[in-house]
Amino acid sequence: MGNAVSNIENALAAIRGTDPKVRAILSTLDESAMARAQTLDAGPAGSPIFGKAVVVKDNICTDVGTTTCGSKILERFRSPYNAHVIERLNPPGAVVVAKTNLDEFAMGSSTENSGFFTSRNPWNPEFVPGGSSGGSIVAVASRMVPYALGSETGGSIRQPASFCGVSGLKPTYGRVSRYGLVAFASSLDQIGPVAVDARGLAELLGVIAGRDARDSTSVDLPVPNYVAKLDEPVGKVRIGIAAEYFGEGLHPETRRVVEAAIETYKKLGAEVCEIHLPHSAYTIGCYYLVCTAEASSNLARFDGVRYGHRTASPSDYFDVYSGSRAEGFGAEVKRRIMLGTFALSSGYYDAYYLKALKVRTLIKHDFLDAFKSCDVILSPTTPTPAFKIGEKSDNPLEMYLADIYNCAANLAGIPALSIPCGFTSDRMPVGLQLMAPHFAEDRLLQIAHWYQQKTDHHLQTPPICAT
Amino acid sequence: MSERIDEAKVRHIAHLARLRLTDEEIVRFGAQLSDIVSYVEKLGEVNTEGVEPTAHPLPVRNVLRDDVPADSLGVDRVLANAPDSSPPYFKVPKVLDQMES
Repeated sequence: MGNAVSNIENALAAIRGTDPKVRAILSTLDESAMARAQTLDAGPAGSPIFGKAVVVKDNICTDVGTTTCGSKILERFRSPYNAHVIERLNPPGAVVVAKTNLDEFAMGSSTENSGFFTSRNPWNPEFVPGGSSGGSIVAVASRMVPYALGSETGGSIRQPASFCGVSGLKPTYGRVSRYGLVAFASSLDQIGPVAVDARGLAELLGVIAGRDARDSTSVDLPVPNYVAKLDEPVGKVRIGIAAEYFGEGLHPETRRVVEAAIETYKKLGAEVCEIHLPHSAYTIGCYYLVCTAEASSNLARFDGVRYGHRTASPSDYFDVYSGSRAEGFGAEVKRRIMLGTFALSSGYYDAYYLKALKVRTLIKHDFLDAFKSCDVILSPTTPTPAFKIGEKSDNPLEMYLADIYNCAANLAGIPALSIPCGFTSDRMPVGLQLMAPHFAEDRLLQIAHWYQQKTDHHLQTPPICAT
Repeated sequence: MSERIDEAKVRHIAHLARLRLTDEEIVRFGAQLSDIVSYVEKLGEVNTEGVEPTAHPLPVRNVLRDDVPADSLGVDRVLANAPDSSPPYFKVPKVLDQMES
């Protein structure tokens, strides 16, 4: 007899008890989760995630319950199939217990753009948890569940992980199949794991990584044993530091905490060297042109015809589209569709979209060059700790800059993670970002684990967990 | 290059994007998009002469599957989320009269 049933009962009870204070969860899957747990307990246990509860960002399709993308336009959408990553959770015995809140269609950095409600930072409910994978991050940070799946287009796992004091990984583009992830920007989107520590990330990544014929951009490379690699000797570790990620706009407390983490790595024996990422200043501009252009195309599918909201009494066929979309989409989604449509429109394509794709090449080459002299690049995950709810909601551009250290990894397609590295004097978490070359997740997780063996920042829990 | 997004331009983009906007949204989006566009115009500083565009972070190639029938979702499941249907069809408001007029 395994303990899947008791794990799942505990997770669902923790959600009932804690979630009203932080609002991470959009829907729970009590019935299917309990049935699954009972089946598991009748068989043999195996993998480290056997019988464990997982929550899933609500832009990842599940064939039970709803998949809303945090949008009114998909409020009642029930996916007829499971995403690839959901199928992958089954054989090792992980149990999906809930779907989590997000900025609508993953467009945002605070979960304030959710079409339903704003999630709260468990360390202080007046502050945002970050986003867009805010709900998944908060569920792990408040210890409702040990694992979560999020998605990234430009920092949507790492940025909230940093704000809430958990570990989160964006894998290499193509490492994890995007089949069943509702598309936002297809050349940037990637599903990734969220957990308390690097070991948890390794356990979950090993399950979801690998080739899937239904996503032709998923890559046919062997999946290393990420967990086994954690405890192998790290050997010589070369950590690159880029001045561009420690410049103007970096909060003094964030700087202090991250510089202390660099000292910890030095004491462990890492070799720290200076590297340069000369096109860093253009990251956000490049990112927002690429992601909105792709979004304007991907979100054209929401037309009020095949699924999702349709306006009640359209005046003509054109109004079926434009009325349904006007009523179903929130302000940020409309804004991004508009920006992307503009960047792709006749007369502007070369100056904006094509220009951004060329700058993307230069940003990618910055990283390829930098990794000639280091194993990982270390930086703060975010320029500031979590900001207050409402503080940036009227200023989209300022909100975009919250991801300034994150988007380059998505543009370059490289893996990157955030791990907790300390707290501000107000006891808000600070995250450390590590970026690695394409498909070097094993080395990246190993170097994160090395740090977590000597520190206990990732083991701190918010006061909300005690009540 | 500094491109201001005036009201007429906002209306044109909204039309292309099939978004019905209120007058209030047109004013607000015009101002916000102008801010964002003037920010992204920073990219103009970068010399990209001779630089190839990157549409995908990794080299991608066309992938073909064998041309054999495979299982599909089936009509019931495909139509289950439709706002209106008349199996095996999606149903939409009548459009022909309008197009002729």
